Amino acid sequence: MARVELTNHLYQFFPDLEGREIEVEGDTVARILEGMERIAPGFGFYVRDERGRLRQHVNVFVGSEPVADRHGLSDAVPDDARVLILQALSGG
Amino acid sequence: MSDRILVGTRKGTFLVTKSGAGLWKPKLAGHQGVGVNYVARDPHSGTLWAALGHGHWGAKLSRSTDDGATWEDASQIAYPEGARHYLPPPPTETGPGEGAPTLKPATLLKLWCIAFGGPGEIWVGTIPGGLFKSDDGGESFALNRGLWNHESRGGDLFAGEGNGTTKWFGTPAAEGEFSPGIHSIVIDPTDDAHVLVAVSTAGVFETRDGGRSWRTRNEGLVMDYSPDPTDEWAGHDPHQIVMCPGQTEHLWQQNHCGVFYSDDGAETWRKVSAPKRGVHFGFPVAVDEKDGCQAWLVPGKSDMQRTTVDGSLFVARTEDGGATWTELREGLPQENAFDVVYRHSLDKRGDLLAFGSTTGNLYLSENRGDSWIAVANNLPPIYSVRMG
Repeated sequence: MARVELTNHLYQFFPDLEGREIEVEGDTVARILEGMERIAPGFGFYVRDERGRLRQHVNVFVGSEPVADRHGLSDAVPDDARVLILQALSGG
Repeated sequence: MSDRILVGTRKGTFLVTKSGAGLWKPKLAGHQGVGVNYVARDPHSGTLWAALGHGHWGAKLSRSTDDGATWEDASQIAYPEGARHYLPPPPTETGPGEGAPTLKPATLLKLWCIAFGGPGEIWVGTIPGGLFKSDDGGESFALNRGLWNHESRGGDLFAGEGNGTTKWFGTPAAEGEFSPGIHSIVIDPTDDAHVLVAVSTAGVFETRDGGRSWRTRNEGLVMDYSPDPTDEWAGHDPHQIVMCPGQTEHLWQQNHCGVFYSDDGAETWRKVSAPKRGVHFGFPVAVDEKDGCQAWLVPGKSDMQRTTVDGSLFVARTEDGGATWTELREGLPQENAFDVVYRHSLDKRGDLLAFGSTTGNLYLSENRGDSWIAVANNLPPIYSVRMG
């Protein structure tokens, strides 16, 4: 099980997730996001577009590493990994 | 709901209500901090719909079934698997041999306008140029394939490579990728299957069979910036079109290249600009509900400047199909005003008119534009003003 941590921004749209310990089954980032969709319907379209690509200004880290495959999100997620879903800093 | 105005802004949705004679007050009603491109009320269900642009998190539809007290994410609009489009390269980034359009998968960039047909029918115009429709009151939306697959756009790209090109070009409103956008959806109140849309930049399209087939409606439009100014297909830039509900053969168009009027159901357009009066460039247009010869504009100074004309703000009104124009200035700032009014930010119902500007000013008239009051001066940049 991976531990998923979210930027505070996403609690604005998914208030039920705030303060929760989120644990999701999945061996790739794509599977983790599918798990998030089950926990919070609609979540996936906030972080990915309809082609499945990570949105331009969204970052996902596995541990401290940013995902390398922003299209297929095939990056491996080890058991007990920490997965962070953040907004990319775009300046300003 | 004639005494309420829905306002979409760069930082949230506002409801403006009347509390007494001449007293109007805006109140933040939701989406604080979020860009709201368009807010409108479904006249059949009473549901309020908002087209949001979250930036980081994409474009989202939001709705309220309790008159704006609370909002929830609606069914989301997404381009279906296999939806592709020919995309011209940005004009400033082309070198020799780089000007050909490229075939790209389509993803939703912006929800730009919402329109309501018969009960349960909701149309949404988007960037990159997809028209979506719901037949179940907004529970689900489907891409209109007839327009998406139109010959002017390369043909059926679900089935193959089409004709290899597109006559649709981009709009800066795409805020990134130089893609076309549908900003106007006009539904004939006497026939829900009769719909016109306007695209920046491609022009006006019409269906009479509920969206199965579409034809261009650009005859009479003139593109000052084109080597072929009257080309039926290519590059027309309507900024907004509206239809008179009581005289549906009367349509108005504020175009990049002037003001156009049609009294034959958009079969032909006639340029009715009056440049010497400052009536030529702008974005929004409103038409009277009963008399198709009466229209209102908020003119701007040329496509190069996009400011008020000489720093003074006015509304232009015609009552004779554009033959003459009256400048309506009472109550509006006449110096040091640089208000730009976007295409969805002027609306009319009965004697009431309202418009909002990118400098956060909201103006209102209760006498058909003869005089105006400022309802607010410090709102976020205003994207949309709709009666509702």
